[in-house]
Amino acid sequence: MNLQIKQEDHENTHHLHIGGEIDAYTAPQLREALLPLTGKEGHETLVHLSDVNYMDSTGLGVFVGALKSSKEHGSSLKLTGMTSRVQRLFEITGLDEVIDIEDVKGGSK
Amino acid sequence: MDDRDLQYQKYKAILVNYLEEQSEQTLYKGQQFSRKMIEQKISPEEAVSLHVSVLEELFPDIPEPLKNSYDFLLEMMIGYGFAYREHQSLRSRQQQLESEIEIAANMQQTLLAGDKPEVPSLEIGAISKPAQKMSGDYYHFVQDENDCVSVAIADVIGKGIPAALCMSMIKYTMDSAPEQRMQPGAVLENLNRVVEQNVDPNMFITMFYGLYDPRVHSFYYAGAGHEPGFFYDSQKDEFEELFTRGLVLGVSKKTSYQEYQRVLNGNDMVIMLSDGVTECRSTNGFIERDEIVALIRKYIHLSAQEIVEEVYRELERLQEFELRDDFTLVILRREV
Repeated sequence: MNLQIKQEDHENTHHLHIGGEIDAYTAPQLREALLPLTGKEGHETLVHLSDVNYMDSTGLGVFVGALKSSKEHGSSLKLTGMTSRVQRLFEITGLDEVIDIEDVKGGSK
Repeated sequence: MDDRDLQYQKYKAILVNYLEEQSEQTLYKGQQFSRKMIEQKISPEEAVSLHVSVLEELFPDIPEPLKNSYDFLLEMMIGYGFAYREHQSLRSRQQQLESEIEIAANMQQTLLAGDKPEVPSLEIGAISKPAQKMSGDYYHFVQDENDCVSVAIADVIGKGIPAALCMSMIKYTMDSAPEQRMQPGAVLENLNRVVEQNVDPNMFITMFYGLYDPRVHSFYYAGAGHEPGFFYDSQKDEFEELFTRGLVLGVSKKTSYQEYQRVLNGNDMVIMLSDGVTECRSTNGFIERDEIVALIRKYIHLSAQEIVEEVYRELERLQEFELRDDFTLVILRREV
């Protein structure tokens, strides 16, 4: 199972485009890409998840870790473009209320 | 002739053979010989040294520079020899660790093997199968002197040994807070505080906690980000989602958990599961929640324990016996 990560940086804003599957095997890869960004004070990280077709709870764990890191270092983290399957995971776990998730269906920004 | 001589003669025979005609067959013999040498723990520099002594016997007039170059090669191989011996010792260390994990897994099983309580008027079925040696899924029953049964079902995210240690922590906290057991919301709030302090940042726990009071046939429950279970209403012959709202344990210090209540009539069921059940993948994609319900319905005439076992068996077959995630299913049924 594969994970693709593409990173674009515009000054203090970082875009991570994720594709493929986030599970126990690929989660460490995501963590390595994400945590250095959330550890930068004042920086903003946007994670684009529209090409993620599967995510399990280990993947959620990475975002929980990233959320804690961004709070600790005063950076911001936002997730966007998730499929309904992935969104359901965030809803069941209640993480949608603590993590900033952009609702693309609502057509914002 | 001792082992060394024997080895020398054998190697010489193969080498001579190869020098006469460079056949595949002789190369293959060489491969087999090297495998035997590895079994006998012959180091790389010893292998080179063997080659050099055979050469010196076969060609006494080897030019001096070539001879010197063998000494040089030998020196080079010593580094590989160290690496080889390190590999050997790591391998034995790994075997030792594996057997230690095995023992720890067995211990965990004994430690966590929650006995299913015997309660008048309540039938209980429970099954839990780990995907790895140690399970991240967990269920636990506690029965009090009034025959009230509390049940917890949890999934520690993050797998393997740290997850298992976390389980033990939960069990300890649950067992040591008897006065609180009656209030599911408070139980989760308490556990959340414990988990929030102890767990590494990527780890969290989803948990469903409920309490059945047979005196009033009521089930009180709360959930912390756990996969919703089902409630089976036998009069309507319908399954409904057992919805709870609440954040997973270990993310935010100040979290409160709403408490819900259901009254069970005869034959009504409460079904609790882990996301390993709904994240099952068959060859045709994911197994949907509807399919789980259909499976439970198919075996509804059986006892609660038989239902959970049959559902597990069918899902295992659908995934071609390859469990990707832990699997836990618990059913409570009020007897008529």
